Amino acid sequence: MRLRTLVLRELFERKSQLFTSFLAILLGITVIVSIKNISYYSEKAVAREMDSLGANVLVLPKTATLQDYYSADMQGDTIPEEYITQLAVSDLAGLDNVSPKLSVPVQLQDKTFTLTGILPKNEFQAKAAWSGAGVFTRPIGCGASVGMMGSDDKKTLSRKQVITTLEDNEVLVGADVAAKLNLKDADSLELLGKKFTVIAVLPQTGTVDDSRIFAHLHTVQDLAKKGPVVNAIEIIGCCQEISAGLVDKLNRLLPEAKVVTVAQIAESQIKINRMMSNLSLMFLVIIVCVGGASIANYMYANVYERRREIGTLMALGADSRLVLKVFLLKALLLGGAGGVGGYVLGTIAAVVLGPQLAGVPVLPMPLLGLAAIGISVGLTLVASYFPARRAARLDPCATFQEV
Amino acid sequence: MLRMENVCKAYAHRGRLVKALDGATLHIPAGDFVSVVGPSGSGKSTLLLMLGGMLSPSEGRVLLEASSVYDLSPSERAKMRREKVGFVFQTFNLVPYLSALENVQIPLFLAKMEEKAQKDRATSLLERVGLADRLDHKPGELSVGQQQRVALARMLANDPAIILADEPTGNLDPETSQQIISFLEEFHAEGKTIVMVTHDPRAAKRAKRTLRLQNGTITCQNV
Repeated sequence: MRLRTLVLRELFERKSQLFTSFLAILLGITVIVSIKNISYYSEKAVAREMDSLGANVLVLPKTATLQDYYSADMQGDTIPEEYITQLAVSDLAGLDNVSPKLSVPVQLQDKTFTLTGILPKNEFQAKAAWSGAGVFTRPIGCGASVGMMGSDDKKTLSRKQVITTLEDNEVLVGADVAAKLNLKDADSLELLGKKFTVIAVLPQTGTVDDSRIFAHLHTVQDLAKKGPVVNAIEIIGCCQEISAGLVDKLNRLLPEAKVVTVAQIAESQIKINRMMSNLSLMFLVIIVCVGGASIANYMYANVYERRREIGTLMALGADSRLVLKVFLLKALLLGGAGGVGGYVLGTIAAVVLGPQLAGVPVLPMPLLGLAAIGISVGLTLVASYFPARRAARLDPCATFQEV
Repeated sequence: MLRMENVCKAYAHRGRLVKALDGATLHIPAGDFVSVVGPSGSGKSTLLLMLGGMLSPSEGRVLLEASSVYDLSPSERAKMRREKVGFVFQTFNLVPYLSALENVQIPLFLAKMEEKAQKDRATSLLERVGLADRLDHKPGELSVGQQQRVALARMLANDPAIILADEPTGNLDPETSQQIISFLEEFHAEGKTIVMVTHDPRAAKRAKRTLRLQNGTITCQNV
């Protein structure tokens, strides 16, 4: 005979009562686990989509209008290049990538194209002031630019808006430009009186970038005789930080500029995130109330039913601590089983239903198992504490009918 | 061994003060076998539970081997019950979901005995009361007489010096009652001190002496 034997035997003696309480906690944990699991993978999927869209925040001159998000940098007004330094040395979190642009029209074979000056990443790294507190040394939120630092693939520009190196006589050409001018890698072309080498033809993106030629920002500034200015600064901002007010913070940092975001995309993501987090919070509250009340009720009834048994144990020499342990160990086993069962069922539900409900593949998350067991055990222990204390304080004499 | 000094126990019942025990004074030496008789509600069970450290008096003292039982802390009293007192109840009070063997193991488990030793001791006690073939039976699968014998075995588990029996034959037929009283006589012969509350005059006569209670007062102590 051990304490465990005593508790387990009793647990399975009253199966029907046990079943209803266990079901309450099991279902609650199942729902929480499945929602958390699906929402985690849904958020990841949306973050990946945002990443593939490229920049989601633009810093523009105050006077700029925003007819087309992708050609917002093709307006005449400019902002100082100095703003990039301000962004780089600021303590703003969630700036995954920063890409300044200066666009000027160029004529080639009687056709008008856009020459866009960009700043390769090595320029950022070269600036000592930026390397300590720069955007590229911060933890990356949405993971948009992870793995891009060492990339030598010039075509990353088409998706990531940033490339690692770009010499002053090198250009990258959009797919449409290459098709119209019959350009390919290593070809030469002359722009605004300067000779350039095509180092890569960018893949088709379906945006205005297909009609652009990209050169080093400072080269374009020199050729356009515009000085250290840019038309726009494109920022890949972390979705979570955008929802946490990144745009307002940027507006405060750069009061002379206009900061806009891909509002609909960001807002829909924010809405989904909020809905999922509210939903799981709501279920957490429900499970705490319903599951806790159910377990407390079960435990109170159990204590009442077992008065005589408790009295007998005390007559045989059990003290209050042992009686308290008997009930709390029972709660612990109930909570542990509810947590493990809820995690398994919730994970199965998430993996099976996730692709149908959220359109994303869902994988099991072991960390959720720990959280599920923690919540379940914590809840059953708290709900059982007062009934257990009542049992421990029972007057053993009052438990014998013959008194 | 056991002593009560001017013990009173009063309950408040529907706004009225009821005296379950009123100035009870008695001395039970080691090795005594006392039966306590009296009409229902006369305070017999109250007296028994007080002797066992289960019910504190409103006034007076209860002493076990010179130490005042109700001056001990609750955990010290629990330890005292575990080591020195064995209870037998009218309704046996066996734990319904445990086997006969496990029921007898309970006091041994409370005394922190090793599991193997618990099993050996419980088995030999059940053999002693003639239940060697019922070790794995649950109380519901045993007759009332067998259940009371399991309760006797459980009571003996920690080899208590004092046995407090509350109507041990109250639920039994005459033949089984006879068996249980014989067991109590056997335990008494081994040197145990026994206090037995009973309604059965034949059972009462088997004790060395009888206490009569009337309205919470000890009216007669026959030797």
